[in-house]
Amino acid sequence: MLSRTADNLFWLARYVERAENTARIVDAANRLAAMPISYAGSSNEWESAVAATGSLGLFKTLGKEATSENVIEFLAFSQENPSSIRSCLERARVNARTVRTALTSEMWEAINGAWLGLKNFRNISHDRLRLNEFLTYVKEASVRFDGSAYRTMLRNDAFFFSGLGTFIERADNTARILDVKYHLLLPEHEAVGGGLDFFQWSSILRSVSANTAYHWVYRESLKPWLVADLLVLNDQLPRSLASCYDHICAFLDELSLAYGRQGPAQRVARSTRNRLQNATIQDVFQGGLHEFLTEFIGENGRLGQAITDQYLV
Amino acid sequence: MVVAFDEMSATSDGCRPGYEILKRWLDATPPELLATRRAEAELLFRRVGITFNVYGDDAGEERLIPFDIIPRILTGTEWTRLSKGLVQRTKALNAFLADIYSKGEILRAGLVPEDLVYRNPYYRPEMAGLKLAHDIYVMIAGIDIVRVDPDTFYVLEDNARTPSGVSYMLENREVMMRLFPDLFAEHRIAPVENYPDALLATLKSVAPRSAPSDPTVALLTPGPFNSAFYEHSFLADKLGVELVEGRDLLVRDNIVHMRTTEGPKRIDVLYRRLDDDFLDPLTFRPDSILGVPGLMNAYRAGNITLSNAVGTGVADDKAVYSYMPEIVRFYLGEEPILKNVPTWRCREPDSLKYVLEHLDEMVVKEVAGSGGYGMLIGPAADKKTRDEFAAKLKANPDDFIAQPTLALSTSPTFVDAGIAPRHVDLRPFVLTGSDKVRIVPGGLTRVALKEGSLVVNSSQGGGTKDTWVLDA
Repeated sequence: MLSRTADNLFWLARYVERAENTARIVDAANRLAAMPISYAGSSNEWESAVAATGSLGLFKTLGKEATSENVIEFLAFSQENPSSIRSCLERARVNARTVRTALTSEMWEAINGAWLGLKNFRNISHDRLRLNEFLTYVKEASVRFDGSAYRTMLRNDAFFFSGLGTFIERADNTARILDVKYHLLLPEHEAVGGGLDFFQWSSILRSVSANTAYHWVYRESLKPWLVADLLVLNDQLPRSLASCYDHICAFLDELSLAYGRQGPAQRVARSTRNRLQNATIQDVFQGGLHEFLTEFIGENGRLGQAITDQYLV
Repeated sequence: MVVAFDEMSATSDGCRPGYEILKRWLDATPPELLATRRAEAELLFRRVGITFNVYGDDAGEERLIPFDIIPRILTGTEWTRLSKGLVQRTKALNAFLADIYSKGEILRAGLVPEDLVYRNPYYRPEMAGLKLAHDIYVMIAGIDIVRVDPDTFYVLEDNARTPSGVSYMLENREVMMRLFPDLFAEHRIAPVENYPDALLATLKSVAPRSAPSDPTVALLTPGPFNSAFYEHSFLADKLGVELVEGRDLLVRDNIVHMRTTEGPKRIDVLYRRLDDDFLDPLTFRPDSILGVPGLMNAYRAGNITLSNAVGTGVADDKAVYSYMPEIVRFYLGEEPILKNVPTWRCREPDSLKYVLEHLDEMVVKEVAGSGGYGMLIGPAADKKTRDEFAAKLKANPDDFIAQPTLALSTSPTFVDAGIAPRHVDLRPFVLTGSDKVRIVPGGLTRVALKEGSLVVNSSQGGGTKDTWVLDA
């Protein structure tokens, strides 16, 4: 297929995934912010939400205070933020329109419909009820896109490239959420406990839609290292780093099979997956979770670049 | 205002052949139901994203072309005659282009003035003396037809460059079949859905002789910001070919390739929806970033077929148009089946004088204009507008032609006030391959939705209709 088409599909999937992740982050922050201070504690919940999307630098240059309204506006609707939910859906739609021939009509309708519906959600940053509707709307749009891709696309390179976009973006998001929150929650000492932490931890799980999953997997009350284990190493959880890399490697293998050759992208992805498969959460904490995640985010970015160099230009 | 010929009801008993069932149905259907159906149609179009961009209009980046749910009907007999005329006309266009880019016999015979060809902005000296693989220049023509009475069809324009609108022909039919299955069951309507198939066969038939037996075709688009982008992607999809932009292509050793995820891949036929000017910055406009450096060299080396060929604009020029009857006679030795609208060439002093004296009765068009831009409709314009136009006309008479205001036929159309006659035209698409000429029955009917308006262009508020050719 055309390199430009593959590139568009890759980024289309990333934008949709990013929109959903940002919606989850806003949702989780919203819940925490609604709790009495003695339960939720942290006063900079909103700033950490921005940090979790990787846009704190940009937010600061805008010179706005990290109030709920400002952050919601910034993360959900701002045109100044290229990763805001609206920007993501708009860019996804531009990409989709450019590569319509590579999409099934169901996928196109999912994206186009999501974009058309945006106009129903203007100036609602202060209206929590409408905001909830909006976040649900975004999550549904993303599910609809994923679902239609899964159900209607030919299993050819178009499917593999869009899948790669989804999972590389997802891995990046999970790693960032965990890093920011963990950092925030465990600044110096490792003492964990009390009602305050409980809600913070459950908000992390909520933002990757793993609250119920945690209890099924560990059958324990929330423990920070188990949360980390779930999000990093547990390949049963669809948003864990390990699971994302299983999918990434599978798609890259399909590509090398279809094209009859492999390159740096396959090698980079495989080495990351091997590390995730062989590590225990004790190893991870020994070297420092923050260090581990920082390195992972870097590697994940390098894989994106390797895919670009190998296929998309 | 002349009373126009109505294609449904212009007979003593109020119903022309072919329209019987439709008329009964229209009489029996309450306007509310039509309104509901129209709303459904609009929703369908919006959802699939059939939109077009209007140049110079910031407010609505993407607009829907209004769609009228009442079909326009042609009988099999009418269509048979029309299609013979279309084949004849396209043959003549191709013969004319092959001639003016080689020996120029028609010019030497003095039938068409030389300067009209050689000094035409669409004449491409790069094409002179170049032998094309199958001697075909216009593989895809969109011939605009208007009608003034039961028997008279005029050609209004020959679109020989990159005619658009065929996606509407196809989508209109899809939507109509979804909304009115009963009407389809009661009529025998010739299908149009084989158009992409016919187009692909045509394109493959004109591949360079050096190409493999199953040549690779691609569709070249200026990109998503072009007004017809939807159509480009729609067609690429239906054809099953790659939709490429200039930056996706590269020329190596005079061979055109596209950049793919598996490395460069050779292209044999390029269905280009990009104007000549932008095709190759090394040959034409150097500032074009939409084109492909080196494309013309590959073309001249005979390694790629461009469809349509470069330099076809000289044949659909409105001044050359006025010579089409002579052109048909000269190359084919036949009388033209389809008439030309009587045309005054303002470059000729006598004609100019006549046009200026009768400006309030005439339609004046720019020779190089298209899309309904820059034209004067005399009867509809006020005196000030006419005077301003007259000044332009006197300053550059060569740039204009004038035609009498035709009483274009009307077709029943669903408007706010109910069902009312509105003026229509028809753009059938004629495909010329090395093996044969293919035309799917019908074409795109455009309708001027404003009462009394004669301008059907979508950029000027026109709409479209499904066109039914009844199987005889």
